[in-house]
Amino acid sequence: MFKFSRLSYKKQRKVIILLFLLVPIVLLITFSYWPLEKMFVYSFYKWNGFSKHKEFIGLNNYIKIFTEPKYFSVFKVSLYYLVGSFIQMPLALYFATILSFKIRGKNFFKGVIFFPYLLNGVAVGFIFLYFFKPDGTLDTLLGALGLNQLIQKWIGNPDIVNFSLAGSSVWRYIGFSFLTFLGAIQSIPSDIYEAAEIDGAGRWAQFRYIIFPSIKRIVELNFILSIKGAISVFEVPYIMTQGANGTKTFVIQTVDAAFKYSKFGLGSAMAVILLIIVVIASLIQNFIFKDREM
Amino acid sequence: MQRLKYRICSFLKYLSLVLASFIAIMPIMVVFFASFKTSKEYRETGPLVLPQNWLNFENFRRAFGEGNMLLGFLNTAFILIVSTVGAILLGTMVSYVLDRFKFRGSKLIMTLFLIATLIPGITTQVATFQIVNKLGIYNTRLAAIVLYMGTDIISVYIFLQFLSTIPKSLDESAMLEGASYLTIYRKIILPLLKPAISTVIIIKGVGIYNDFYTPFLYMPNRKLQVISTALFKFKGPYGSQWEVICAAIIIAIIPTLLVFLLLQKYIYNGFTKGSVK
Repeated sequence: MFKFSRLSYKKQRKVIILLFLLVPIVLLITFSYWPLEKMFVYSFYKWNGFSKHKEFIGLNNYIKIFTEPKYFSVFKVSLYYLVGSFIQMPLALYFATILSFKIRGKNFFKGVIFFPYLLNGVAVGFIFLYFFKPDGTLDTLLGALGLNQLIQKWIGNPDIVNFSLAGSSVWRYIGFSFLTFLGAIQSIPSDIYEAAEIDGAGRWAQFRYIIFPSIKRIVELNFILSIKGAISVFEVPYIMTQGANGTKTFVIQTVDAAFKYSKFGLGSAMAVILLIIVVIASLIQNFIFKDREM
Repeated sequence: MQRLKYRICSFLKYLSLVLASFIAIMPIMVVFFASFKTSKEYRETGPLVLPQNWLNFENFRRAFGEGNMLLGFLNTAFILIVSTVGAILLGTMVSYVLDRFKFRGSKLIMTLFLIATLIPGITTQVATFQIVNKLGIYNTRLAAIVLYMGTDIISVYIFLQFLSTIPKSLDESAMLEGASYLTIYRKIILPLLKPAISTVIIIKGVGIYNDFYTPFLYMPNRKLQVISTALFKFKGPYGSQWEVICAAIIIAIIPTLLVFLLLQKYIYNGFTKGSVK
């Protein structure tokens, strides 16, 4: 019977390299690089996704995206989510800071703030449909506080709907920023605080001169992730409004173009643009990080 | 004076925490209330009113049955287990080879994995869809499984990170005793990678359980519904029966809550270790 261990180490080495890399590399190429290449190719064609006939139209798909406001306006929607994440980060940082020190009920508060991040995306969509619907939770709460005049059509009014959706997004993702900040703050050795306290530094001074400088990189990382996230928002608006009422994001637009209206060429061109934006954001991130390490 | 200031600060701190908890819990809590209400009760009471009967499981029965959620759980569990096990096997194998053997092309392979992290999966879906279709696995569980396994580069990173902390002298002394590379991988590397493996299980598990996009796009067949898509199906036909939808939401959340309560500590570690990289 053949026994692997009888082979010389040199032969074993060859076999194991081949054996262990074969499947992962096939998967990597099939589901990362092949689609990438296809996407670039499709983006120059007019194609409905299934017919044999593809028409080469050069840059026309790209021109369409940049000249027709219908396609380009989705970037404005991203701004709401970007602003949302700029509200989310300071809040997350604040809670991460106070929960890093001695406080009663620490684990409870930590769990409660983080838990929404673990929830199913569809469940979050429904929870907030219920929250914002007419006579729903928010309206009832406002009524109970005597703020009846603030009651709105939170999802129905096109001027407000994107704020509502971005708010749901903040609710969902704040736990993630919170946890990354918490992890970073807790990796600061505690004797630094003790030394600072002896020197008479208050909490605010400790935050400014000890905590903030040591978590700067995580803050930067969160910034870049927010930009990436804001451009590729999909689940919350898709589940809540299907992109109606001016809530279409770039990804919903791409999915609609390709799968709903069978414009695979146009959908691919949009995806290429999205990819380029994300790659630029990542490069900026890497650049900033390299800079810090030196 | 100092004391008073301290007291006020402390009060504000706790106030902010209580307020944040309220905002975090309340949207889920009202869904929980509604899930126990009868449809008449739902229509007549506000969302903040507690249900009269906490043992009214009628909505849960309906949601579970009419939404065919058992099927959703079974499909989710199957896909989750197979793809997580697969991702861990493939991930540890790749990282073992890349960390322990230097050979022609090993740099190139490393770079290929690296560049792939820059490509967000969501951008290439249009083309991926065509490929899945061509491979003939559209509308099968295999579609989701290979996608979850094939696009997973983050776990390779976590494993590589851990492997670099396992001293090579361990491998060498095993080789002196005649262990094959396969034995070294199985008996030394895999057990020592346990913390990294649990991190990957948590991150992948949460990701797969909550993913909506992949099953929605690649497995529209009703028989293949997972929890996300089962829940999404309530959207149209149950528009006016929120008490049933709410029960369905709670059913989908319960496993997450249980896992969270049981594995809290590991989940925190998993996310901080996985995300900072």
